Amino acid sequence: MTTVPLLEMRGVSKSFGATKANDGIDLTVWPGDVLGLLGENGAGKTTLMNILFGTYQADAGEIRFNGQPVRIRNSADALASGIGMVHQHFHLAARLSVLDNILIGEKGRRFLIDRRRALHRLAAIRDDFGLWLDPHRPVSGLSIGEQQRLEIIKALYRGARLLILDEPTAVLTPTETDGLFAAMRAMSANGFGIVFISHKLAEVRAVARRCVILRHGRVTGTIDKPAEASNADIARLMCGRDITPPERAPVTVGAPVLELAHVSTPPKGGAGLADLSLTVRGGEIVGIAGVSGNGQRALADVLSGMLRPTSGDIRINGAPLSQPSPRASQALGLGRIPEDRMKTGLVTALTVADNMVLPRLTEAPFSRRGLIDAGRIDAFARERIAAFDIRCPGPTARTGKLSGGNLQKILLARELAHDPAVLIAAQPTRGLDIGATRFVHDRFLEMRAAGRGILLISEDLEELMALSDRIAVMYEGRIAGEMPTAAATVERLGLMMTGASDRSA
Amino acid sequence: MWGLVDQLFQVGFLAALVRIATPLLLATLGEMLSERAGVLNLGIEGIMLIGAMAGFSVAYFSGNLWLGVAAAMAVGMVMAALHALLTVSFGLSQHVSGIGVTMLSSGLAFYIYRLVFGQPGQPPSVTAFQPLPLPGLSALPVIGPALFSQHALTYIAFLLVPLSAFILDHTPWGLSVRMVGENPHAADSAGVSVVARRWQAVVIGGGLMGVAGAFLSLAQFNAFTFGVINGRGWVAIALVVFGQWRPWRCAAGALMFAFIDALQLRLQASGLGQHVPYEAFLILPFLLTIVAMASVSRNAVAPAALLKPFRKEER
Repeated sequence: MTTVPLLEMRGVSKSFGATKANDGIDLTVWPGDVLGLLGENGAGKTTLMNILFGTYQADAGEIRFNGQPVRIRNSADALASGIGMVHQHFHLAARLSVLDNILIGEKGRRFLIDRRRALHRLAAIRDDFGLWLDPHRPVSGLSIGEQQRLEIIKALYRGARLLILDEPTAVLTPTETDGLFAAMRAMSANGFGIVFISHKLAEVRAVARRCVILRHGRVTGTIDKPAEASNADIARLMCGRDITPPERAPVTVGAPVLELAHVSTPPKGGAGLADLSLTVRGGEIVGIAGVSGNGQRALADVLSGMLRPTSGDIRINGAPLSQPSPRASQALGLGRIPEDRMKTGLVTALTVADNMVLPRLTEAPFSRRGLIDAGRIDAFARERIAAFDIRCPGPTARTGKLSGGNLQKILLARELAHDPAVLIAAQPTRGLDIGATRFVHDRFLEMRAAGRGILLISEDLEELMALSDRIAVMYEGRIAGEMPTAAATVERLGLMMTGASDRSA
Repeated sequence: MWGLVDQLFQVGFLAALVRIATPLLLATLGEMLSERAGVLNLGIEGIMLIGAMAGFSVAYFSGNLWLGVAAAMAVGMVMAALHALLTVSFGLSQHVSGIGVTMLSSGLAFYIYRLVFGQPGQPPSVTAFQPLPLPGLSALPVIGPALFSQHALTYIAFLLVPLSAFILDHTPWGLSVRMVGENPHAADSAGVSVVARRWQAVVIGGGLMGVAGAFLSLAQFNAFTFGVINGRGWVAIALVVFGQWRPWRCAAGALMFAFIDALQLRLQASGLGQHVPYEAFLILPFLLTIVAMASVSRNAVAPAALLKPFRKEER
């Protein structure tokens, strides 16, 4: 293997106004390297990579690729140098085929598109890296994981030697994540370089060969063998303080706050519920594990009144949910943190204050005699913003401009304002950094200590085992098994998630 | 009863159908191209009108019909360029700009026509395009006289269907047009100039709209009147949706509309016309457009970036 680094960044700095997003950053990627780039949101990871991909221009510093100094003014320069990037938001056209999305922008003097030649090159990428998609499928039919695979294939097709993956696992299921890691290892074995941005420590330790940690725009640490470093060490470098695991104090379990008896529903976002029974008591966090699409969406939606059950009984805080509607669920004392905070959780075009009161806009004190009381809404929003440490310019800030962690805080601030008896939280920390994740977990534990119930639907087994009192596994719309957390192991849960009965575990 | 059917569906009927479909087809393909790139052009009705006027005027004074067609295309492109400037370069509302272009173009068409021709009692006329029978093919029974004894512009319009389908599917330019209409950011990150591609699609589309207008004043009729377009531009916009933004389906839509239009013309002239007011027949094509639209368009998926201005720094 050659001794010339694939990529060298020296003293790269970038300021936005008074904020130093990157401050003298050095970074080296060798051929075959998988470099984990770690840091909290706002640490400067994405800015650094956007400089490398030509989206931003560095104020100072030098970039060398294959030993040669390069000037990257735009994405075309980056692609020409051999740098490819998979953004968090995919750059795909949904109605076009996989092949057409790959072919766009291909340089050539040809008047006609040569699809046959393209298919040969795609077959080569499949053979080298195990990455494949049917070229004729429309992108609209691809899952999120497949769309990401398409972005990687696209970068390889365009000749990338260095691939930047910006938080690629934030949108993936555990199975899809395994597939991504396999592809990353294949690329590494072929001498490609990878920069893997993440804030999930376990993943970085699993796949990265080295990692660099950023905080406040500076490199605060480099770890040569991430697999051997402890979570606590890495977290300290990322956050600048010790992060202790959340503590679950013993709590006296109270009366049931959520009861489902033999509930069935039509399918929604995967399987519907099939004769599902489940109870959550006050002072209890019940975790729901399962591969996505096994009825978690139907469970969350039927409880929040957005999906009508075809049979069965639902009781919230002891009272039957007889006429299901979001309003009815809320009136009985149910709070919800929906899986897709941007679509079903918040209205991103509205202000923070509007979102804070949206479910209760027509009720006192926010409305009186059919008129909105803007003063009270503003005061309420200010109080919530302060109480939940939401980083935004103020109550009138547009919600869509805020980061994922702050969006989730707005949802929490809103749902917890009225002290719900039970909270349904679906993937509440997906895409959040360590600090924000910890904030969400602390609020859940406070609710538990106050005798409220929480139904925690998550694909993150570590999260479930850290927080839950009991864990139930969903498979094809049913509860495949349930156990106290003390009896749960990743292996046992994983087996049940594939539909194997508990006895074989 | 069979007498009536015979009377309706004769060779002349088929020929009329194809002729009536021609301007619709040209306008629909022009609008489709523009919308595939992400730009709705509501200026179409006005652009067709000013195209009809320009084509007629130039042909009237030069005595050359093809020069008239060229003028109509040029004027259509100029008016479409105004729409591109406002919507693509300045990012203004496509609805507002399009309606503005229609009003401006219509006003200009009337104004210039009055300036040039005054207010004659009898509108001036030209010798219109004559049918151009294709040697050999026009001798075929039934379809020969129906399909192959048409105006040259009709042949061109129908050849544009496979041509535009081929360009969209098999050339890098066509692929980039589709991409800027679906996800301009993806096109931009692949090194495609979104602004240039949208300009090109809108302007070429405007040229087709202008020619569609000229067909009406130079082939279908032989004069320019203020009602010459008569809502055909709006129908073309509906046909693009009906055709789901695909050339062959757009052509099928244009033929369907032309079929109903030709049918109602025959019905007016038939025995039925004595008992039913003629306005009832005139409504037919539009009524059926609405029915067809309502049934087909439910599943229609517009280009994802249609109506959305592209600004580089925003996601």
